[in-house]
Amino acid sequence: MNKTVNQKAWFLVLPVLLLVAFSAVIPLMTVVNYSVQDTFGNNQFFWAGLDWFRDMLASERMWDALVRQLIFSAIILAIEIPLGIFVALHMPKKGFWSSFCLVTMSLPLLIPWNVVGTIWQIFGRVDIGLLGYTLDALGIDYNYTQNTIDAWVTVIVMDVWHWTSLVALLAYAGLRSIPDAYYQAAKIDQASRWAVFRYIELPKMAGVLMIAILLRFMDSFMIYTEPFVVTGGGPGNATTFLSIDLVKMALGQFDLGPAAAFSLMYFLVIMLISWVFYTVMTNLDKRDGVQ
Amino acid sequence: MAWMAWTWPTAAFFLVIAALLLTFTVLAIRYPETPRTGVLQIETTRGDRLFITLLGSAFLNLAWLGLDLGPQPYALLVCLAYAAAVFRWV
Repeated sequence: MNKTVNQKAWFLVLPVLLLVAFSAVIPLMTVVNYSVQDTFGNNQFFWAGLDWFRDMLASERMWDALVRQLIFSAIILAIEIPLGIFVALHMPKKGFWSSFCLVTMSLPLLIPWNVVGTIWQIFGRVDIGLLGYTLDALGIDYNYTQNTIDAWVTVIVMDVWHWTSLVALLAYAGLRSIPDAYYQAAKIDQASRWAVFRYIELPKMAGVLMIAILLRFMDSFMIYTEPFVVTGGGPGNATTFLSIDLVKMALGQFDLGPAAAFSLMYFLVIMLISWVFYTVMTNLDKRDGVQ
Repeated sequence: MAWMAWTWPTAAFFLVIAALLLTFTVLAIRYPETPRTGVLQIETTRGDRLFITLLGSAFLNLAWLGLDLGPQPYALLVCLAYAAAVFRWV
């Protein structure tokens, strides 16, 4: 087989490459430069070597934020992925109600992050918010500004409300691509509902589910605006996730060096996890391609 | 470029990475290859192995620094050994 390889097509990627260089690569290089220096403003820098990295690696504050971040991402994945699949399985297959469900479920996805934060910030208030007022009327002591558990529950429920539809829509798209013949064969074999899900629906959804997990992981791992608007990282530091801590350090305290070292390590963790997801995803595709 | 706060060590760091990328691009064009499956049970090309090497080296350097295992340049020796292992077995 003499297939011509036309590498010239790569030139078509140049505009994107330029765009990415300006929006990501050059700022990232600047962050690397900041991470080995100290500054007191006025664009004057002093060499600090690897001190900031050493400081950050020994910093309890960073490890605590990382642990909180990992717990947060794990919880929202554990809720949103099964819930999204459950919703997708129970959505109408065709007709008016199918379109109705699709449109209704996309609505939360269209709301900007800070608006979602504001909605939940008011929604949870005991004096004027529907949720807070109702819980208070039921005799439940709920206050997300003072109680750690309440703050976590609010932030998690808010994320679930905002993003479960994304998982549901992706899972629904995966389900729609399964030909009817599979279901007919299962019916002939008198397969149980669970067997249909386990051996037909789940394997066929595996690809889109990996994308859903990757998207939700990345997004939750970088979450900033919503918890910042609702809890401001509090009470105390209870909901201070990595991004919130990073912004406090870089902009609030103007500690550019430590913040740069911190963000590079943050970046490396994200890169590692994304690479793992990407590798698993492409290998899944290859395995499906072989079958 | 002053706003980017360049230093010689960071410039050298990026030059090395740029040189590596360039070398591997030229290699990929001059000597095309087929991906192979190594110990990780995933298909890798030379470029993939370079990526795994660089990412792993970053973590090795951080671990060396965080655990206070000695002068930092020695970490680069460990990275070299790691790179050799990745290119041989992954």
